[in-house]
Amino acid sequence: MKKTVLSMLLLLGLAVAASAQPPDNTVLLNAAGATFPYPIYSKWFSDYHQAHPNVQINYQSIGSGGGIQQLKAGTVDFGASDMPLNDQLLGQFNFKIIQFPTVLGAVVPTYNVPGISGDLKFTAKALSDIFLGKVTKWNDSEIAGSNPGVKLPSDDIVVIHRSDGSGTTFVWTDYLSKVNADWKSKVGSNTSVNWPVGLGGKGNEGVSGLVKQTPGSIGYVELIYALQNHMGFGLVQNADGKFIKASLPSVTQAASGVAAKMKSDVRISITDASGAETYPICSFTYLLIPETISDAAKRDAIKAFLNWMLTTGQGSVQALNYAQLPKAVVAIEMKHIAEIK
Amino acid sequence: MSLDATATERAPSPWTGRALLRRLAVGDEVAHLVTLIFAFIVIIITALLVYQLWLNSFAARHEFGWHFWLSRTWDPVLEHFGAAPFIYGTLVTSAVSLIIAVPLGLAAAIFLSELAPRNISDTISFLIDLLAAVPSVIFGLLGIFIIVPLMRTMIGPALKHTLGFLPLFQGPNYGVGFLTAGIVLAIMVVPFIISVSREVLLTVPRDQREAALALGATRWESTWKVVVPWARTGITGSIFLGLARAVGETMAVTMVIGNDPKIVTSLFAPGYTIAAVIANEFSEATGKIYLSALIELGLVLFMITLILNGLARLLIIATERGGGHP
Repeated sequence: MKKTVLSMLLLLGLAVAASAQPPDNTVLLNAAGATFPYPIYSKWFSDYHQAHPNVQINYQSIGSGGGIQQLKAGTVDFGASDMPLNDQLLGQFNFKIIQFPTVLGAVVPTYNVPGISGDLKFTAKALSDIFLGKVTKWNDSEIAGSNPGVKLPSDDIVVIHRSDGSGTTFVWTDYLSKVNADWKSKVGSNTSVNWPVGLGGKGNEGVSGLVKQTPGSIGYVELIYALQNHMGFGLVQNADGKFIKASLPSVTQAASGVAAKMKSDVRISITDASGAETYPICSFTYLLIPETISDAAKRDAIKAFLNWMLTTGQGSVQALNYAQLPKAVVAIEMKHIAEIK
Repeated sequence: MSLDATATERAPSPWTGRALLRRLAVGDEVAHLVTLIFAFIVIIITALLVYQLWLNSFAARHEFGWHFWLSRTWDPVLEHFGAAPFIYGTLVTSAVSLIIAVPLGLAAAIFLSELAPRNISDTISFLIDLLAAVPSVIFGLLGIFIIVPLMRTMIGPALKHTLGFLPLFQGPNYGVGFLTAGIVLAIMVVPFIISVSREVLLTVPRDQREAALALGATRWESTWKVVVPWARTGITGSIFLGLARAVGETMAVTMVIGNDPKIVTSLFAPGYTIAAVIANEFSEATGKIYLSALIELGLVLFMITLILNGLARLLIIATERGGGHP
């Protein structure tokens, strides 16, 4: 009896050990981080695994903050973040990080104004003053001025923002900080901020749900979310003075304008970028790769994947409603791959 | 204890190998040991939890000290963190939920245990137990799709019309806020209060009721003056079980409270609770102080629960001293 139990335990132990140990030439990479690019990342990792069966990448979309923490603790091989890591955050790591922009996202204003069905146009001043609580009525001259011919009601504006920490909030507040000095000094930009006014909804669906239900409300959601759910959203005036309705090409446009500046630092913010056709509220999302990877097999796998992601991978981006990287940015990142040692 | 008595009877020298084996085979010792270990594991887990919260909140405790409890600012950009709006929101929503749920739950429990025919009582109790097992996100959805619109179009205006002179029912009504969160919590808490209170009321001995009736009390008098006071301790326990759920509820609350960290008198105003802000901001929080402030909020929540439980004990002791049930 005892012997059978013992041998069964042994067998069980062997089975567990065997299942945990992949075949010799397989490279298993663990990654964690941002939720915004999760759909495209999981498609990339699965496509890449099919093309290269010996490389398997597990990605957990636990949020940018969690990804950064895990990378810092060394429990994952690389991380992902919607917000580029600033020098202060990089200083907390005991190794160097190279940041790779992967795709582009945009954030759009969505609203529910009684009696208005068409697309409203917003100036930068209108958006920032609404979110500062300075513009409180829909028929305020700042909104009415850019929407001639539209009969705006005198209803109160209800501001809706994200309650959960999110890259979407970072992009939105980064934009407001750039176009409004008051916003920059009083509120600033981060994944969560101290909102001057408004209600918080959890996630894109929470914000859009509150906007749909609350007459007179305005909120912001990711462009992808708006496109996938066929939601209407407003036009935003760009740095050149033109009102642009966000679309994938207008987002890629924003990035190509700043490509020259990215040679020295890829972390550059692309909100409020110049260019006639540029949509002003968009940003990159990043993969965070350690500069030194001691395991040669892992290093080669990561480098090969980055190469694939910047070439073949970019082809499948638009089908999932992400904007692809401009060619000039891809060229810069290709050089950075060589720096991984 | 009887366990020791039987053990010594069976085994004169308890720790010799054969005797121990025999005692293990009987099972009493094994049961004693296993349950003891499990009881200790619960305590150890709680202790480790507090230790980890204490350890990881060091940066925030060091930076803000006791001001953390009183400060009203929550600014992740400037890294100024204060828990006051969240503590306020947690206490207000829990209080609102109990104000609604206690009379409702108690009345329902009295009906089910004392007045309703047994088969109806059992059927309804079964359904109520099912309600207690519904995941909280479902209650959140119920809140968003039914209670929030009702609040904006009917309940809110009606309250403003009748009780609008009170500062509690003034100001703009968005449909989301303290009151809505309290109502949703009340719906979640009521099944606990009914279920536990009913069980407690059913355990009141039959002769207590018969004695009251024999003295000429009506059925209601015997219920209200004899049965309910007898079950008081258990009913208080059920209320605090409900309170514990209300204080710690995350998903359903964050969906309907508006998530705005402000201290406002109006129950229509949007607010925020401790559990909700942790769930919302933890995954994307970067920076040492920010993370440790969120963890300290967890510590604050733990201490609030502890204080509330202490108060519950005091209340039970005080009411027992007041006489009635031994």
